[in-house]
Amino acid sequence: MARRGRVGTGTAVTEPPVATELSPLARERLAYRRSRARRSALVAFSSTVVFAGAVGLGLASSPGWPRVRGTFFDVHVAWSSLPSILEGLWLNIRVLVVAEIGILVLGLVIAVLRTLRGPVFLPVRALATGYVDLFRGVPLLIALYLIGFGVPALRLQGVPTDTAVLGTATLILVYSAYVAEVFRAGIESVHPSQRAAARSLGLTHRQSMRLVVLPQAVRRVLPPLLNDFVALQKDVGLISVLGAVDAIRAAQIEAARTFNFTPYVVAALLFVLLAIPTGRVADAVAARSARRQGSS
Amino acid sequence: MTPVLEVRGLVKRYGAARVLDGVDLSVDEHQVVTVIGASGSGKSTLLRCVDLLEEIDDGQVLLDGVDVSDPRCDAAAAQRRMAIVFQAFNLFPHMTAAQNVALAPRVVHRVPADEADERAQDLLRRVGLESFAGAYPDRLSGGQQQRVAIARALAVQPRLLLLDEITSALDPELVGEVLMIIRQLAESGITILMATHEMGFAKQVSDRVCFLDGGRVLEAGPPGQVLGSPVHDRTRQFLARVIAAGRLA
Repeated sequence: MARRGRVGTGTAVTEPPVATELSPLARERLAYRRSRARRSALVAFSSTVVFAGAVGLGLASSPGWPRVRGTFFDVHVAWSSLPSILEGLWLNIRVLVVAEIGILVLGLVIAVLRTLRGPVFLPVRALATGYVDLFRGVPLLIALYLIGFGVPALRLQGVPTDTAVLGTATLILVYSAYVAEVFRAGIESVHPSQRAAARSLGLTHRQSMRLVVLPQAVRRVLPPLLNDFVALQKDVGLISVLGAVDAIRAAQIEAARTFNFTPYVVAALLFVLLAIPTGRVADAVAARSARRQGSS
Repeated sequence: MTPVLEVRGLVKRYGAARVLDGVDLSVDEHQVVTVIGASGSGKSTLLRCVDLLEEIDDGQVLLDGVDVSDPRCDAAAAQRRMAIVFQAFNLFPHMTAAQNVALAPRVVHRVPADEADERAQDLLRRVGLESFAGAYPDRLSGGQQQRVAIARALAVQPRLLLLDEITSALDPELVGEVLMIIRQLAESGITILMATHEMGFAKQVSDRVCFLDGGRVLEAGPPGQVLGSPVHDRTRQFLARVIAAGRLA
């Protein structure tokens, strides 16, 4: 660094390029690459501006735009509806956390049950398979109606009737079926030679599952699991159909009060804000696991 | 004296192909027996059958005179008394070298954790990898990984050590470090059954060499005899090809 400074200030000392420094060839190439990178950035920027301008112009020049702007993008309504929507979102977040924990546990249990060998476990295996078939096939909305309205109708002692609780339970039941399949794919992706190595060392089926197969499987399915988590973040809003006052329900109430759809846009933006960090984490984890698999 | 391992009339089919078609073989205590043969002659299959990793179609595998291939016999208990080193290492990638070695002593043989760790350190020192105890397998070279796999197999103090072409997946310059360890093991009196393509090595360490061809042991005897003056034409042809490939030092 210091040497380059001296050369730069025009000192008379003429030093030949040292091995640690870049050769003129490499320096010239570096400069070329940098100029290309600058050019790319410029092109990307101007293309984005042109594209956004075209979309904006198209929207604004459409005949219904003034009406749409007033109904969907009213800043005043947005601001006044924000507190109650945020309050609703807090319920969504709590449901999300509880549901995700439940889903991971139940999904993993079902996945492991499906891998059990031996005739004793046939009913368990069949049950787990039937469970996945059922809850992967049934639409989430119908499951919510059936459980949310059907279970309280049984009037059983000790069974919760709170809509948020029932909604969370339904999400856990439905999502576990998906997540169980993700885990199972992970378990099956671990090469049989790993199981052979564990067995040759004398590990039991359960030991090799717990100590050898599952740690590798879980690491591998982390990216798809995070993807399911992002999907769940939106689907927690569906509990509003049961009457739980979450962000969507709160937006609906505000929309009815103000005769304006802006609260829905506010709720949508909040859900997007919630999803962005998870999405970035999912991308990073996927990239990391891709790098790992490439290196090994 | 009962041999440590005796294989009688072992048959293994994959679909219609009889990979092993009545193999007879025995390994006495402190002996090193080597199985040679062309690729696809069933060497690996034989070792996997002996370790009960494959179900056999006919015949018997006797460990210390007990038929462990009997479905009524506790296969896991028999597997605990053997250890196999695989051609492709098969280390557990999510565990460090030391954890790989300590796993079976800890969870299978119920050795206390600190004692298992100590044993792992000793074994890693024995294979010259004490400074790599904390390294994950993907940070190790092929030869180093195979040495960890050998340490892992030794950790269960096996009655019989099975070596399945343990140098076939290694670059030529890494073969030596692995073979040196096996030579030391053989000298220390461990009972070994191995499959290999390293004829020079087989000649040096083996007490007996078996030539596997067409699913049977075609020829067996002291290494000097089988490798030096084989009786069968097939053996001679095989050795000629090996020499042509420059693998018989």
